[in-house]
Amino acid sequence: MSGILKIALKLLVNDKSKFAALLIGITFAVFLMVMMTSMFSGILARSSSSVYNIGAKIWVMDPAVNNASSSIPMPDYVLSTARSIKGVKYAEPIYFGGAQVKLKSGVYQAVTVVGLDNATLYGRPNLIEGNIADIYGENAFFVAKDAEYSKLENPKVGTEFEINDFRGVVVGLAQVASSGLFGVPTLYTTYSRAITYIPSTRFTTSFILIEPKSEADTPYIQEQIHKLGYEALTRDQFVKKITDFYTYKTGIGMNILMMTAISFIVGLSISGQTFYTFILENLEKFGALKAIGAKGSELISMILFQASFTALIGYGLGVGLASSMIILARIRIPDYAAQVTYTTLGFAFVMVLIIAGFSSYIGVRKVLQIQPFDIFRG
Amino acid sequence: MERVAIRAKGLVKWFGDEATRTIAVRDASFEAHYGEMLYIVGPSGSGKTTLLSMVSGILKPNEGSVSVEGRDLWQMTDDEIADLRLNKIGFVFQDYHLFPRLTTAENVAIPLILKKMEWNKALEVALEYLDIVGLKDRAQLPPVKLSGGEQQRVAIARAIAGRPDILIFDEPTASLDGDTGRKIVEFIKTKILNRERCIIIVTHDSRIDEYADTIMKMEDGKIIGVEKKTEFAPGVEQ
Repeated sequence: MSGILKIALKLLVNDKSKFAALLIGITFAVFLMVMMTSMFSGILARSSSSVYNIGAKIWVMDPAVNNASSSIPMPDYVLSTARSIKGVKYAEPIYFGGAQVKLKSGVYQAVTVVGLDNATLYGRPNLIEGNIADIYGENAFFVAKDAEYSKLENPKVGTEFEINDFRGVVVGLAQVASSGLFGVPTLYTTYSRAITYIPSTRFTTSFILIEPKSEADTPYIQEQIHKLGYEALTRDQFVKKITDFYTYKTGIGMNILMMTAISFIVGLSISGQTFYTFILENLEKFGALKAIGAKGSELISMILFQASFTALIGYGLGVGLASSMIILARIRIPDYAAQVTYTTLGFAFVMVLIIAGFSSYIGVRKVLQIQPFDIFRG
Repeated sequence: MERVAIRAKGLVKWFGDEATRTIAVRDASFEAHYGEMLYIVGPSGSGKTTLLSMVSGILKPNEGSVSVEGRDLWQMTDDEIADLRLNKIGFVFQDYHLFPRLTTAENVAIPLILKKMEWNKALEVALEYLDIVGLKDRAQLPPVKLSGGEQQRVAIARAIAGRPDILIFDEPTASLDGDTGRKIVEFIKTKILNRERCIIIVTHDSRIDEYADTIMKMEDGKIIGVEKKTEFAPGVEQ
């Protein structure tokens, strides 16, 4: 580190109260921004959990469908037509429904029931216990062993429960990539059993899952499905549609955005004001440095260094604090929907750079305005 | 023939626009020589500090010129003037302007650090200069722990650490009691001034007149008289 920056560092950190106030301001802002965006990121990831867990390449749905948990059943001809489209390797229906299960303890618990195509079980999860063929057994269900699993009183293979007055038996435990957004456990069974056990509408196909022969066939398949008045989306397109829905049509995105903006403004205000006061208090000293022979560029580098140093330390503390809070929250609430992603970190970093830039700007302006003559004149 | 350190010619400085114009310095010309201790004296508002600022590259005059060792100061770029101040001129401010968050040694090392000297080396050299002003044992203390006289000496050590040829003191005794003030000026005269160095002191403390080689009196922005206690022949610039 060059000597001039070392002086800048000592001027900053040796002013313990100001340095602490600056760090608290930036740490607080980063903490809030990371928490807000992590929660949002967690919500978005959970909202698309079914899409990731099922893993189909193309999803056919009613154009009005916004997410996997609120499907609009489609008539059977859509499935038949989809199977006949050139480029479709296979197309299978999948059923999503909600039900209440009565556990052994007598407690009722809401669940999501996924009905997999009887013949192919397309979209089935990986089993960590049990045999896939056991799903064809009487009243058989797989249970997803995710964060909601304990809400079913930690069932094992052979555990029985009631679902709409039908008997249900756990025949396997499944591993899934992600838990759902609404905090309910997921059961997998066959399509026919699902629509039998759960009261259904006239049409029962929630989505049609398509495996194209090749990636190149996807646009043609989408076009043909579109001609039917339905929508065929790739996995990424469906995830984006769900993300857009939660971001722009539910108020969640706007609320998170507002909270993040408030956090940013609070951080900017505290840090900007404190840094400005710090510069004001040291203004004569900067003037003295100028008189001694420091160049304007050297003074600017000192201020930029001070602001960047504080911002980076505050950023690290803020990210650490937010991560710790999320880890602590997860200990208490296993399905706590928040995740720190590179995007979240990058966003907070950019915001911190803006705070540092703003603080530097007002500091640099003030320092460049001070004339050594003012120091002489007192 | 004595060498001229600073030559000021016809310096004029005013502040404000035409309606509110205040003339701070009027047609000031003088020479300061190496080996000379020059006082600029006068009442408050007489233009001493303004004149000092113009000859040290801090305040640009409206008219006139200043040459330092033959180079026209105000024809230089800002960075060249900053370099000149760093390498040729040492300042001791009236309020010292020491950095309270740095140690005494680090304060003295500032000009050396600005000259890109390596940090530890600069601190070593700073200790040597603190030794000269008798404060080596206070090197690790912050300036606020020192008395006024000690802070003055730290400021002197900082001013001479960069080995400047010209030293400028602004009211060096203003914050000190009479005895300490005299000791400081005596120290400057006996330990800091030499044939290779020119010292200019702005003061209105007549108790220290005995140490001056030349006393230049100002009033209302004009130089009204020059009293030479030591004769310096009209010299050539270096």
